[in-house]
Amino acid sequence: MKVTVTVNGSEYSRDVEPRLLLIHLLRDELGLTGSHWGCDTSNCGACVVWLDETPVKSCTVLAVMADGRRVLTVEGLGSGAALDPVQQGFAECHGLQCGFCTPGMMLTARWLLDRSPDPSPAEVREAISGQICRCTGYENIVRAVLWAAKNGGGR
Amino acid sequence: MQVPAQVEYEKAASVEHALTLLARYGSAARVLAGGHSLIPMMKLRLAQPEVLIDINAITDLCYINLTGAQLRIGTLTRHAQLLDSQLIGEHFAILHDAERVIADPIVRNWGTVGGSLCQADPSEDLSAAFAALKGTMVIHGPDGSREVSAREFHTGPYETVVGPAELLTEITLPIRPGGGSGYQKVSRRTGDWPVGAAGAAIWLSGDVIADAGIGLTAVGATHFAAAEAEEYLRGKIATEETLARAGEIAAENCRPASDQRGPADYKRHLASELTTRALRLAVARARGQAT
Repeated sequence: MKVTVTVNGSEYSRDVEPRLLLIHLLRDELGLTGSHWGCDTSNCGACVVWLDETPVKSCTVLAVMADGRRVLTVEGLGSGAALDPVQQGFAECHGLQCGFCTPGMMLTARWLLDRSPDPSPAEVREAISGQICRCTGYENIVRAVLWAAKNGGGR
Repeated sequence: MQVPAQVEYEKAASVEHALTLLARYGSAARVLAGGHSLIPMMKLRLAQPEVLIDINAITDLCYINLTGAQLRIGTLTRHAQLLDSQLIGEHFAILHDAERVIADPIVRNWGTVGGSLCQADPSEDLSAAFAALKGTMVIHGPDGSREVSAREFHTGPYETVVGPAELLTEITLPIRPGGGSGYQKVSRRTGDWPVGAAGAAIWLSGDVIADAGIGLTAVGATHFAAAEAEEYLRGKIATEETLARAGEIAAENCRPASDQRGPADYKRHLASELTTRALRLAVARARGQAT
């Protein structure tokens, strides 16, 4: 069936099977491979994207459920040459090692800072508690988010 | 790679439309809300509906409001909305306690209250919380709506009284004077299903327990409740001894099974200890001594 989704401000229409997961629509149909497909069981959070106003785990959302909605992926975080402060924070604070969890972590961080512009470290840890960094680099991820908050990220 | 089996998809625009679709497809269909229980089950082929009826567009079912002395929760309310609601925190702290330990913030953004209840997992947290609060479920069907006590809602593991042509639309919670509530859970790791969990609601009249509600999950309690312990507490003074004894009675009357989350005797221990802790918290809140 036909789905029309606005991803990072651009409208896309595709004819898909109802059983297609949103993560596969993004990666395989639209070629937006910034969102990572990890555990497939809504545990790891590598596939986190925004659906309208909130981050969701896109391995547990059907593409057809996103019909008529807006999706934000890591490709839409910055604007052209300018990085989002969250992305800049990950660069400044060594917030990524292998990078697999990074897109999901950054999308959750963006959401947190929109709701809570000056979060405590505990708030950051709570926000990313549904996401796994297999490099165990959590400390620097928290630092990166706090850096973003102090450098124009808390908009 | 986990892929659900082929399935048809219908998007319901209203409760009436959903009921029409349910009447058309009957037991071949499953209602799709947040999908955070159903889609994983479909990936594992533990659920294989022929048709999904997506109710996410029925935003009319997304509300938390106060009508007289009744707090009403629409079943499409997301877990995160329940957790963010001041109204809920003010009247039923047990629901905030429980929501803080259900899955993780991202899952809570999309998973729904009604979806969790209808999935009817025997380890589900809100089922115990609503049993403790003695809530009422409002179910819409082709012949109008009916109300069912939270204690009669579940008929067994993964089974509820909601018929194939029906839709759970609302949970109603009575607000009574002197109330306090709390939820206590032990899980193997953050965001996991409970090894055991207990919720308690207490309604005090002075120092006397006018009424008590105790919900238990993951420990094989009938209808997610500890009716014998509630009966024991009614009319008693809320002392440490009575709360401890109520915990023992709750544990004596549940039937936990050993599984990968823990052995039965440990779960029985948790049923007792967590019931007492939840009661203690509920009493302190009813007395205004805890937040």
